[in-house]
Amino acid sequence: MTYAPTLSTDRFITTAWFEPHRIALAAIAASLVVAAGVFMRWDWLADYYPLAISGLWQTIWILVVTCVLGFALAVPLGFAQVMGPLWLSVPSKAFCTVIRGTPLLLQLWLLYYGLGTLFPQFPEIRESFLWPLVRQAWPYAVLALTLSFAGYEGEVMRGAFAGVPGGQIEAARAFGMSRWKVFRRVWLPQAIHKALPTLAGETVLQLKSTPLVATITVLDLYAVALRVRQDTFIIYEPLLLLALIYMILTGLIVWAFGRLEARIPIRLG
Amino acid sequence: MTAYIPLPLSQPGLFDLLALSPPGWGGNLLRGFVRSIEIGGGAFALGLVVGAAGAGGKLYGGRVTRDLLNIYTTLIRAVPELVLILLIYFAGTDLINRLMEAAGYGPIDISGPVAGVIALGFVQGAYATEVLRGAVLAVPQGQIEAGRAFGMSSIMLTRRITVPTMLPFAIPGLANLWLVAAKNTALLAVVGFGELTLETRQAAGATKAYFTFFMAAGVLYLTLSVVSNFLISRIENRARRGQPGMTERR
Repeated sequence: MTYAPTLSTDRFITTAWFEPHRIALAAIAASLVVAAGVFMRWDWLADYYPLAISGLWQTIWILVVTCVLGFALAVPLGFAQVMGPLWLSVPSKAFCTVIRGTPLLLQLWLLYYGLGTLFPQFPEIRESFLWPLVRQAWPYAVLALTLSFAGYEGEVMRGAFAGVPGGQIEAARAFGMSRWKVFRRVWLPQAIHKALPTLAGETVLQLKSTPLVATITVLDLYAVALRVRQDTFIIYEPLLLLALIYMILTGLIVWAFGRLEARIPIRLG
Repeated sequence: MTAYIPLPLSQPGLFDLLALSPPGWGGNLLRGFVRSIEIGGGAFALGLVVGAAGAGGKLYGGRVTRDLLNIYTTLIRAVPELVLILLIYFAGTDLINRLMEAAGYGPIDISGPVAGVIALGFVQGAYATEVLRGAVLAVPQGQIEAGRAFGMSSIMLTRRITVPTMLPFAIPGLANLWLVAAKNTALLAVVGFGELTLETRQAAGATKAYFTFFMAAGVLYLTLSVVSNFLISRIENRARRGQPGMTERR
């Protein structure tokens, strides 16, 4: 259960850009930007520039890693719900319901504070090679965000797998393909194609979830903005710049998925 | 499950921790839960009002209105809720106090719940706008024309034709929004508002029984989702009554 991923800006594209009121609106927007540049304080930017870049990098790699891992988990989760035996489909369904029924912040804190206080009690973990890893915050952030993405996307993939026409599967079987080959060559590609528009929306939602990791001390972009506010007592400028950067990232994601969708030839019918 | 986890502190039993009266933290959790539902409900209601106005503006408004609303929905949906909540929370209260000062009044103290409802409702409004706009567009044109042919005024047309016909299309999206609103209240924990997630964290921090309390809060949130889903499906069935085939298609 999530926001409907209706990110299309069809009205912007189909109508002309240079209507009089649009030029006026653009002028107002430009003057607002200029006013923000002139009258607001941006001198902190020079000091915090390296930190902001590292924060941006944190945000991006957390987003990419959790989306890839989460999607890899979502495929079996979705397939198990459609085709799996009862002992696989019921736990998958339960997992998706629990993940989608509770706030991500709660899941994140459960893993970070819960597991984080549990692990040090086992000497085996303290002495193992994992210890430096579980003492840091980012593994918990990656784990929580991956599970969350898998939960939401597992539900999407369930619908996508169920939506592939039965004739396609039958035709593949008639060609003598093995079950694995049917899945790899016919079922999965068509399901992913069906899920792509939703996947774009989910990825944007995942980007918008990444600032939550700042609450468990991961120094992402949002955490950098908070630190600027703490150090310099400048409230609005970092937040506005932050919003702008997130908007640009969202635009990039939507654009990239649009390219990906356009690359896939549609010859179904 | 916490009973099996060895902890350095002497661990009281599960039911002692979750007891409703003060040595236990159950009462705090339930109070936070009620506050979460209140804030979520308020934000959802505000979002519906904003969304209805926004959808009306997008569908029937002039060019400038439409463009401004497009900017509103596009911007809101591209920026993380957490950032928007911080911006609205701080900037909103600051702006109102400056306006009050300029008008010659003293600063007013905007309560946490009100600021939370406004911040979340403003975000919800952007999504509700799109849901309602899509639902109105899904109403068959013939229905509207038939209503006009009967000589209905535009208010009567809205009340008798557009709203009842669009409801089945709008309810799944609005149901999603309600669940998102309920879960988004957790974000107010970050700005220090004592709803369920923050109460849980405080209880867990004080007793070190992290798993117990976060699991308990998870059960509360999950109960809310499951009960909401059940009620929503009943409402949806009622809204779809007399429309053969609609239920099968979903």
